Amino acid sequence: MLKFILKRLGLLIPTLLGVVTLVFFMIALAPGDPARIMLGERANAEQLAQLRSELGLDQPLSKQYLLYLGRVIRGDLGKSIVTQQKITDELTDRLLATIELAITSTIFASILGIVLGVAAARKRNSWVDYSTMTGALVGVSMPVFWLALVLIMIFSVGLDLLPTGGRMNVRLYFIPITNFYLIDGIIMWFREGKADYFVSALKHLILPTIALGTIPLAIIARTTRSSMLEVLKQDYVKTARAAGVPERKVVFRYALRNALLPVITVIGIQFGLLLSGAILTETIFAWPGIGKWIYHSISARDFPAVQGGILFISFFFVMINLIVDLLYSVINPRIRLK
Amino acid sequence: MTDTATIETSATGTGELLGIDNLSVSFHTRRGVVKAVRNLNLKIREGETLALVGESGCGKSVTAHAITRLVPMPPGVIESGIIRFRGTNLLSLPEKEMRSLRGSKISMIFQEPMTSLNPVFTVGTQIAEVFVTHEKLGRKEAFARAVELLDLVKIPDPAKRAKSYPHQLSGGMRQRVMIAMALASPEPGLMIADEPTTALDVTIQAQILQLLNELKKGVGMALLLITHDMGVVAETADRVAVMYAGRKVEDAPVEELFANPRHPYTVGLLGCQCSAPSNRNAVRLTSISGSVPDLLTLGDGCPFANRCGNVKNECMESFPDVSTAGEDHEFRCHNPITESGASS
Ligand SMILES: Nc1ncnc2c1ncn2[C@@H]1O[C@H](COP(=O)(O)OP(=O)(O)OP(=O)(O)O)[C@@H](O)[C@H]1O
Ligand code: SF4
Ligand SMILES: [Mg+2]
Repeated sequence: MLKFILKRLGLLIPTLLGVVTLVFFMIALAPGDPARIMLGERANAEQLAQLRSELGLDQPLSKQYLLYLGRVIRGDLGKSIVTQQKITDELTDRLLATIELAITSTIFASILGIVLGVAAARKRNSWVDYSTMTGALVGVSMPVFWLALVLIMIFSVGLDLLPTGGRMNVRLYFIPITNFYLIDGIIMWFREGKADYFVSALKHLILPTIALGTIPLAIIARTTRSSMLEVLKQDYVKTARAAGVPERKVVFRYALRNALLPVITVIGIQFGLLLSGAILTETIFAWPGIGKWIYHSISARDFPAVQGGILFISFFFVMINLIVDLLYSVINPRIRLK
Repeated sequence: MTDTATIETSATGTGELLGIDNLSVSFHTRRGVVKAVRNLNLKIREGETLALVGESGCGKSVTAHAITRLVPMPPGVIESGIIRFRGTNLLSLPEKEMRSLRGSKISMIFQEPMTSLNPVFTVGTQIAEVFVTHEKLGRKEAFARAVELLDLVKIPDPAKRAKSYPHQLSGGMRQRVMIAMALASPEPGLMIADEPTTALDVTIQAQILQLLNELKKGVGMALLLITHDMGVVAETADRVAVMYAGRKVEDAPVEELFANPRHPYTVGLLGCQCSAPSNRNAVRLTSISGSVPDLLTLGDGCPFANRCGNVKNECMESFPDVSTAGEDHEFRCHNPITESGASS
């Protein structure tokens, strides 16, 4: 096990190096002069030269790359041109908002997806199966922004049950503690003895969670179903039944653990996609996360910010992959013990 | 443990452990109704080894699954019959009581040791599960018992092996683990071994069979041994039942069957063994020409008629009644082989 972890961690360094290199050259070699684009057509030569030297663009490319690499290793992604704030600070503030939403969406999608997938597999060709699978088909083919708008129309505008956007009722005065508002809400609950913060955070999370979680939910349900059907046909399931193991235990202990192997990979990928692909949803729900921030950085032509944001998200994607692999190995001894 | 003995005790004489009367099992598939087992009668005495032999697809596994009530339903349907185990009809037992018999008094091992063990649990855990299920032991205690069993089936260094996963063991080892699991039963009555050695190579086959034999005697259980291999039958069985296309066609003590086979199909089976002693599994009765009839379109006549050298007109019209030849020897044939070994 330890060997496997070390090997997997060893692979991490070249992967991350590759990511940094790719992100750097993607932006550096993109057509157009960033300084000119940022300052606009009417900037004079002096202003351009000054911005270029500020951004280090007057150096040869190889030197720029090494400097960039050096800064990234030290954890410095530069400053945003628009706000003049350190990009890492801007990102970490927003990252937690994005992660919170990605986590709730993943949990929502995983639990419901696995339950529905198992139910559909056990009651194969019954109405449970048919309705789940039809729902899943609709789920994957639905555009997320459209679903988000429909949810807002129904639950916020129509029924007035849930807020249209943001993370917390603005009238609740509140200084973020962990920046996971659900957790902060619980802390405030203990401190002040009232649940308002928690309830408000929860309410704000519901619609974006459903909007973002629907596609992963559909994918997870389908993967679980087909995987479970496959596993239930296996000889070792017959062995467990022939040993007198109760059916529920056969399904939930013996079969599910095998059936989840492909599902875990899918969940990991979906989580990674949620972190990086929430740009539209975050914008619609005014969710102050990385997606919305990148959206604004792109509109403002804030090159260092875009570069930093992409690098950050890529970095996260790699880390999540690592975690998924490690998790996978925990439940699959064939990998762990190789 | 549920005490099944209290339900009904009408054990029918002469030490019967398992008695199957008139069992018919069908599968309702899209192509039609497959009559996998038809009007089967079978009897196993306490401590006896009954070999169930016959070509692939003749219904051996379905019979075994019917005994443990693990026939997948749907598509399977048990059309008729009684399966008596120590006087209790298993087919009318509530599922919960049936489950408490599975793995305790009736245990099963399967053909494929590669796929019959769960890849994500250690073998010790899987054996321990039987104790957890039937004796309500704690995990730790159950695991210790599992180690004892691994020792019993002669796995070297059992404490270490118990912590292995199936993929770390060889095929023969895995089959020993399967046997250990089947032996985990607190009071073994019947072990059903569905082609336990077919997937193993020849030397390992012999070891596993020897182990099964020893354990059987030691524990005092009966064995229903399903096999293609007449060599295995000769070495292991007390009695033999021959199946063809869902029917039992002959049933006799092993010496009697080998010395005096009456059914033409049995003769074919024995002939096959002689003609190809080396590669037992691959041959599979090729010496009987023709192929097994489609169970979907089977009529009322003798199912073997299209391949039989002794076929007569009446063979097409009706399935023969039971004839007896000496003590404990039954067969169903309109025109049986008369002299021992001679086929007309
Ligand atoms: N789940 C099922 N659905 C439909 N038909 C089935 C099913 N299980 C078994 N059968 C049919 O029942 C018949 C008997 O099958 P069975 O598995 O008992 O054969 P077998 O004698 O064990 O053969 P083998 O030596 O290959 O194991 C076969 O024709 C098979 O097609
Ligand atoms: S009944 Fe007729 S066809 Fe069938 S085995 Fe006997 S002789 Fe052959
Ligand atoms: Mg079989």
